[in-house]
Amino acid sequence: MSSSSSARFVRPAVALAALALAALAALAWALCAGSLATTPAGVFAALFGNGEGMLVGVVRELRLPRALACFACGGLLALAGTLMQVLLRNPLADPYILGISGGAAVGALGAVTLGLASPWMDAGALGGALAAMLAVFGLAHGDGSWTQTRLLLTGVIVAAGCGAVVTLMLALAPAAQVQSMLFWLMGDASGASRPWPALAVLGAGLAAALPFGRDLNVLAHGQLNALALGVDARRLRRGLYLLASVFTAAAVTLIGAVGFIGLVVPHLVRLVLGNDQRLLMPAAVLAGGALLTVADTLARTVLAPQQLPVGVLTVLLGVPVFLFLLARHSR
Amino acid sequence: MTRALPVLPAELACPLPWEEPARPLLAARQLGLRLGGGELCRAFDLEVHAGQCVAILGRNGAGKSSLLHALAGLHGAGQGGGAPGVRGEVWFGARPCADWTPLRAARFRGLLPQRQLARFAASVLETVLVGRHPHLGRWGWESARDVAIARAALACMGLQGFEGRDLRALSGGEQQRVALAALLAQTPRLFLLDEPLNHLDLHHQVAVLELLRSLAADGRGVVMVLHDPGLAARYADKVVLLNGEGGVAVGESGAVLTAGRLSHAFGHPLKRVEVDGRAIFLPQ
Repeated sequence: MSSSSSARFVRPAVALAALALAALAALAWALCAGSLATTPAGVFAALFGNGEGMLVGVVRELRLPRALACFACGGLLALAGTLMQVLLRNPLADPYILGISGGAAVGALGAVTLGLASPWMDAGALGGALAAMLAVFGLAHGDGSWTQTRLLLTGVIVAAGCGAVVTLMLALAPAAQVQSMLFWLMGDASGASRPWPALAVLGAGLAAALPFGRDLNVLAHGQLNALALGVDARRLRRGLYLLASVFTAAAVTLIGAVGFIGLVVPHLVRLVLGNDQRLLMPAAVLAGGALLTVADTLARTVLAPQQLPVGVLTVLLGVPVFLFLLARHSR
Repeated sequence: MTRALPVLPAELACPLPWEEPARPLLAARQLGLRLGGGELCRAFDLEVHAGQCVAILGRNGAGKSSLLHALAGLHGAGQGGGAPGVRGEVWFGARPCADWTPLRAARFRGLLPQRQLARFAASVLETVLVGRHPHLGRWGWESARDVAIARAALACMGLQGFEGRDLRALSGGEQQRVALAALLAQTPRLFLLDEPLNHLDLHHQVAVLELLRSLAADGRGVVMVLHDPGLAARYADKVVLLNGEGGVAVGESGAVLTAGRLSHAFGHPLKRVEVDGRAIFLPQ
């Protein structure tokens, strides 16, 4: 019996270790790749010691912050998607479904429309995301019942309203502004220079969510079941909503509304590891971070010197991987 | 009952000792349901002792599920805003259920809700292990013993060999038996079951009811929502009959289950027939 129970832990441990290695490899590649070619040894020297002057600046001040920002955002979005799918008990839920990215887009594009400088774009995104989060929470709370359907409908309606405002701003904006607006909407990491707040949110959030992994497993079987099994489902769902919203707001503020990661990475990991949230959460963070880092490195190197919006690359990479896993799994 | 009851495996014994046979496991005092200003169910008293099976019967919308949730100390939890209001007190053992922490209550009483569809892929074993949640600590992982309990529960439901199957690939009746196995793995002292026979074929309906009788014989209490008055007459000691218009009859099943009362409660004439000494109620 003990051998079979220890066997239950071997496969997840191997999978988590493999994902951690993949994430490290993705970060290493992001540091090596670019117009100023170098070797892993050169990058190591630039990071930790006495590299050449030019490379030190490029690696430390351009590539490292950008790679970490992408990893943090990928991890945040994948974790937010995992939590949203449990919260709404809906496999189609993603971090944007409740209007948080819509609110952020209205804030960020509003800043561009007003002709404000780029730090104001970040501030606008953060303010818009938090405003949307509070609005949906307050409206869905209404009579205190806070059912899944009511939350979902409120979020979707707020998102639709934000979408209309965004379209209006795009239609009215002068041509010079439209390019930067579109890049923000598709997700763009070229301006990400301060990854530490997002990394801190990711670390603290994962540490806060992990102890409740088994509670989430129970909640996935329905609120009544969860209550009967001793889980304080109401408080847990509020915590889930707040965490997922803050994760999404942090990610969207840093690099814009990158699509697809929050929806597909949880499913991708689930296909391989099963639906145990205790494994799913760390695995989704690693996989989402690695995927976004790889996508961003491709986005800035494939057609260099031209930079592509990373959001397009995540979808182009994610679709074939997901379809492959789905086809293999159904056999 | 001429057939021998099934033997409960040792793994499914209740870890909570029960040393006061005179005290009811579950006591409802002046419990009633109100819906939209009207009375759905007048206040009544109910005691469930260790060893007893109680059946709740009534027409659709009479408040059977709401009553069961109230008896679990969870009223209004499942439905959101539109649930009936509940009055009265529910006691688990020596204390009101509100005084029990959620986790301690979950070790004392288990609830089988009406079936909810599986949304995500999950193996049968994982699903049954969810029933072990109240017995594990914050950082605890399911141990070999929990797995043994889950396997014993699956075997009780005739689901040996189903451990690795995906829940969504099972038939409705098989999913219902998995949900029952999860409840067995919870090893509560008090079983509350909302339509446990849903989706089950005749063989498994009888098998589940005999298993519930075995649990009662093991010193547990059982409250179940049923639809067939004949099965209630055969397997329940007490019956709570709701007519959906405020009326409620509580008592020994033989006394409550008369053709006249049932015809009135279900709004349909029923005829009582006896076959081999057992009552059957035929809709006219």
